[in-house]
Amino acid sequence: MESVEARFKLDWPGFALDVDLKLPGRGVTALFGHSGSGKTTLLRCIAGLERPAHGRFVFKGSIWQDANTWLPTHQRPIGYVFQEASLFPHLSVLDNLRYGQKRSGGASRVSLDTAIELLGIGHLLERKPDSLSGGERQRVGIARALAVGPEILLMDEPLAALDLKRKQEILPYLERLHDELDIPVIYVSHSPDEVARLADHIVAMDGGRVVAHGPLGETLARLDLPIRLGEDAGVVLDATIGEIDAQWHLARVDFPGGSLWTRDHELPIGRKVRVRVLARDVSLTLDDPGRSSIQNVHPAVVEAVADDDHPANRLVRVTLGESRLLSRLTRRAVEQLGIVPGLPVRVQVKSVALME
Amino acid sequence: MLTETDLQAIWLTVRLAALTTFILFFIGTPIAWWLARTRSWWKGPCGAVVALPLVLPPSVLGFYLLLAMGPNGPVGQLTQSLGLGTLPFTFWGLVVASVFYSLPFMVQPLQNAFEAIGERPLEVAATLRASPFDTFFSVVLPLAKPGFFTAGILSFAHTVGEFGVVLMIGGNIPGVTRVASVQIYDHVEAMEYADAHRLSAVMLAFSFAVLLTMYLRRNQPRKEA
Repeated sequence: MESVEARFKLDWPGFALDVDLKLPGRGVTALFGHSGSGKTTLLRCIAGLERPAHGRFVFKGSIWQDANTWLPTHQRPIGYVFQEASLFPHLSVLDNLRYGQKRSGGASRVSLDTAIELLGIGHLLERKPDSLSGGERQRVGIARALAVGPEILLMDEPLAALDLKRKQEILPYLERLHDELDIPVIYVSHSPDEVARLADHIVAMDGGRVVAHGPLGETLARLDLPIRLGEDAGVVLDATIGEIDAQWHLARVDFPGGSLWTRDHELPIGRKVRVRVLARDVSLTLDDPGRSSIQNVHPAVVEAVADDDHPANRLVRVTLGESRLLSRLTRRAVEQLGIVPGLPVRVQVKSVALME
Repeated sequence: MLTETDLQAIWLTVRLAALTTFILFFIGTPIAWWLARTRSWWKGPCGAVVALPLVLPPSVLGFYLLLAMGPNGPVGQLTQSLGLGTLPFTFWGLVVASVFYSLPFMVQPLQNAFEAIGERPLEVAATLRASPFDTFFSVVLPLAKPGFFTAGILSFAHTVGEFGVVLMIGGNIPGVTRVASVQIYDHVEAMEYADAHRLSAVMLAFSFAVLLTMYLRRNQPRKEA
């Protein structure tokens, strides 16, 4: 598969980056970690905004950096979205969009019009940046990066500077990008929720190093994920809407090895969705729970047990056919129920977040 | 009313200041850009040299320039070998001296304006395929416009107010080097207080108008994105 090869070594006072990665040439890769973990620095190295003394970057066969080569930022076929939209204040929205498009030789794969349409900013074109809301500005910033027709899109926490309401406003557009663009996207984030919604692939970083990376589902189900997700520990499953129960406003999502009922979001049967199941919403029973308010109950097998952040808790990974769920239990419950790998159990899932 | 020689002196002053400002835009901009962007050790010493005319007595600056541009000075030898003669006591001699004299008034506002723009717009432009040269003209110049305005006004006004350097370099040749400030000095020397009053009033009104324009502009609410 066409891929991206990134190797960077950088030494600053108080911070060092040491990364050697192969990234997939398609889909959304999340660079995930706490602030100071080096994820933004890694993104800047890829863009050529930082110049590490030792580095090698190969994008689908073309070398952007190695011992003898250095491609300056303006010659790299990238689109870059900064944390703050950073629009040029002296230019109108349209001229901001055209700035990069004009300079990219008109060979845009995603044309200006598509970018405007994708981000829904057609009505803003004549405005000046200072008259836009934060969310609108960031949408223009994303469209501007797309209008150059990039071969790879780099996004540095595009939602971090926005409040919750603005985030909700932009997320659907990002999900559209994910579905409609066929270029790889590298997305820096410290929000497990954004990662769960958008990423296909995750690179977890800590202290300037990569501590885990792989496909999203697999990586999140790892019990030894060195990035502490705390309350956000959980898995993401790729699923399909299998049935709608109109009477109770419920929808059944099917995934390999099981299914779950969740609130109906008026999505058609057959629609592919992502569901996120947090470890704290999953409990285990040894017997049939009988009459219970929790109606998502499935047989499963315990695969592994590991320590959690707090000494009172343990994380248990169970398998349902091909799929895996994480469950957060108290250490006492694990002890008293004798939960060990190989034990057949029933999982009860209290709530499921559905992401289109 | 202003006399013929007064008007001649004013016209000469305006020409000198305009030409000096024009030249300074070309010399001051790259210096200011370098000072704003460099992390070199030389930033300190170079900044200090540029600022020297702010504190140096104009007669000292004029004296060194006179030596340099005189027949035995390095600049003088160069101009002579080019068949231009020597610069002291000519209009062009005054222009060269004024460029040195007003340099900090061009460089410092520009440097502040460039520093205020920061790194981000330059990075954004680079990710949008603009070369550094392109970025300077398409992003830096428009964003630094208020800085250019201030720098131009200050350089012009400061050159108009030049006196000591003119006396050292230019002497007092009517129509060639006798600028308004020197003309006022002559009037006073000759006890022509009425004439000195009129010309001084013109200078006062001019200087006030220039500074007023600048401060009014500066107080306009700044819009930022």
